[in-house]
Amino acid sequence: MSDGGAAGTKRLTVALAGNPNAGKTTLFNALSGLRQKVANYPGVTVERKTGNWTAGGASVELVDLPGLYSLDASSIDEQIARDVLRGERPEVPQPDVVVAVVDATNLERNLYLVTQLIETRRPIVIALTMIDEFERLQHEVSVEKLKNMLGCTVVQVNARDGRGLVDLGEAVAKAAGSTPVIPQTLLDEGETGSNDIFRRYRYISGVVQEAVKHNDEKAHWVSDRIDRILTHKFFGLVILIAILLLVFQAIFSWATLPMDLLDGGFASLGDAVRAAMPEGILADLVVDGVIAGVGGVLIFLPQILLLFLFISILEDSGYMARAAFLLDKLMSRVGLHGKAFLPLISSFACAIPGIMATRTIEDRRDRFATIMIAPFMSCSARLPVYTLMIAAFFSGQYIFGFLSLGAVIMLAMYALGIFAAIVVAFFLKRTLLKAPPPPFIMEMPPYRMPNLRTVFQNMFERSWIFVKRAGTVILAISIILWALMYFPRQDESVMVTAPTNASSAEDTPIDASGEKLRNSYAGMLGHAIEPVIQPLGFDWKIGVALIASFAAREVLVSTLSIIYNVGSEETEESPTLIAALRDAKTEQGALVWSPLTAVTLMVFFVLAMQCMSTVAVVRRETNSWSWTLFMVGYMTALAYLAAFLTFQGGRALGFD
Amino acid sequence: MENTSNAPDHYISKLSEIPDGRVVAVVTVDVRNAGATRLMEMGFGPGVAVKVIKSAPFGDPIEVRLRGYNLALRRSEADAVTVEAAR
Repeated sequence: MSDGGAAGTKRLTVALAGNPNAGKTTLFNALSGLRQKVANYPGVTVERKTGNWTAGGASVELVDLPGLYSLDASSIDEQIARDVLRGERPEVPQPDVVVAVVDATNLERNLYLVTQLIETRRPIVIALTMIDEFERLQHEVSVEKLKNMLGCTVVQVNARDGRGLVDLGEAVAKAAGSTPVIPQTLLDEGETGSNDIFRRYRYISGVVQEAVKHNDEKAHWVSDRIDRILTHKFFGLVILIAILLLVFQAIFSWATLPMDLLDGGFASLGDAVRAAMPEGILADLVVDGVIAGVGGVLIFLPQILLLFLFISILEDSGYMARAAFLLDKLMSRVGLHGKAFLPLISSFACAIPGIMATRTIEDRRDRFATIMIAPFMSCSARLPVYTLMIAAFFSGQYIFGFLSLGAVIMLAMYALGIFAAIVVAFFLKRTLLKAPPPPFIMEMPPYRMPNLRTVFQNMFERSWIFVKRAGTVILAISIILWALMYFPRQDESVMVTAPTNASSAEDTPIDASGEKLRNSYAGMLGHAIEPVIQPLGFDWKIGVALIASFAAREVLVSTLSIIYNVGSEETEESPTLIAALRDAKTEQGALVWSPLTAVTLMVFFVLAMQCMSTVAVVRRETNSWSWTLFMVGYMTALAYLAAFLTFQGGRALGFD
Repeated sequence: MENTSNAPDHYISKLSEIPDGRVVAVVTVDVRNAGATRLMEMGFGPGVAVKVIKSAPFGDPIEVRLRGYNLALRRSEADAVTVEAAR
């Protein structure tokens, strides 16, 4: 409270309100610099952004409200914004001044919110943005006339070069404490059969007619030209697919190098720590539990950063609305919103950013349906599992002599996930999330050059949430898993029951780590669930790996390596692990693994909810444990059922 | 506001049935439609000129221009908007 120029003056709260795409974020960044705080409004996933600003010598807490079209609250964002403006959110004091961010190139619709703000009788200053574009289009506006007719100060600003920002500050400082008068023409009721919305627009039409000269010829020229191709009935779809391929290409191949570097980095860090610390339980915990566990998540960071970079660029340029426009019909067939498309596509990289990207879907039921099916998209963590299974049991096999069987199976797994998502969405939208289809009324903003700062800020903010949230959860789970596989300690006096010599008759030499695992709590759990997973063709060792992989899918590979005593440094292409899988035998001497087991395991992995980080994010995004547990439950049940049908069906058909 | 009476050279239709490229004038918005309030907030109202720009690849949604900006809406929402078009 003590900072700021004018000593003794009260610290002001100023809210930035405006339509989506009006340049609000850019203005907020320009005003508050890098001193921003991002949090969530408690109980909802609406972001609360605050920053410090010095306006005309006064110290100001600047609150960035979510983008909104109206104060009549149809989306969560709009409800929050309305509550903040009314001083009904405990986290934010009622704003002393509201800065209405108005896109000059889209004045009429932007002024609608302004009329509602004026009606709240709070002090308002209008920041007119996109002025450079407005002038380029040869429109003309009389700021004086706007001022007089609206009854509040109007300041032209350009966030990029800082033009008008000082004036805006002075206007805000001056407006604080004033009592604005509502223009009489705004209150005029007009003819009967009218309503408040029409009344406001009638007033706006009058204002715009007086104060603005439009040049309609030029206004939409560029965007219209671009859209002739990008939303073309045929080429639009082709380009959309090409863009997706580019994004995928980036995520899967460009990210490989940094991912390998991170992977190697964590491995050397582990070695260094191991060397520096005295041998013992603490060193094991830090290296095998903490470093391996957290490293296992953080290696996905390059993919996540890249994905968010692309999403931010597509959003900021205006293309995202086009993608939703192109695909809404397809998506609505299964009861989803056009905007669900991008979160689902993102989920092929990782469900976490995908689920976070559902925030753009306004309707709660649409959003939840999208969250519930997002994890069915085969994410990058499933790839190591598919790769291992295919390398071990289907390598070098061809269909019709030229089609690689492995590639076909891989594709089939992706298709299975998509199919499951469609079916589940279809049923959810007709049962639990049943509702008439919400309106699809979406602005198609003009194409704009993405603002680099906004893009990178978006990318880092979202990625940071991934690191923070997923990191903390995965850390805890890693330690628990490590403990389950580490305890009880190999102690002659504490003999573990049944499992001990069950498979020690195998002819393979049993080294210490394999023996330890067998006797660990994880080993016991593996044995405990064996009856349940036997119908799927899995033995207790696969059971242990399954349990471990509920923390994160890719853990399966390293766990199988430990179980089959080939060391934990194995990768999915490791010949020793592959050989160990092929040779593994049951007590009766039969082979544990067959191609059918491998397919069954993959089917299970396509459908099961095996990712603690995703569970944590779903909990956070839905703000509901029941939905989170429902998701874990139904996905796992579905996975079990499908794996059961695969294995038993396959056997009945004579495979195996 | 222009005269919305049904002149002989004009006809009344739903916005959803207007072919691409045509400019029409809004007569009313049917408040029974779930999207009616949003449509009105986005600027649909008596006398407002609306240009139908195009429809999406599978015929739905459609893109229109009104009050100087572009908007996408499904045909089921466009059904709620009664418009007057020149023959």
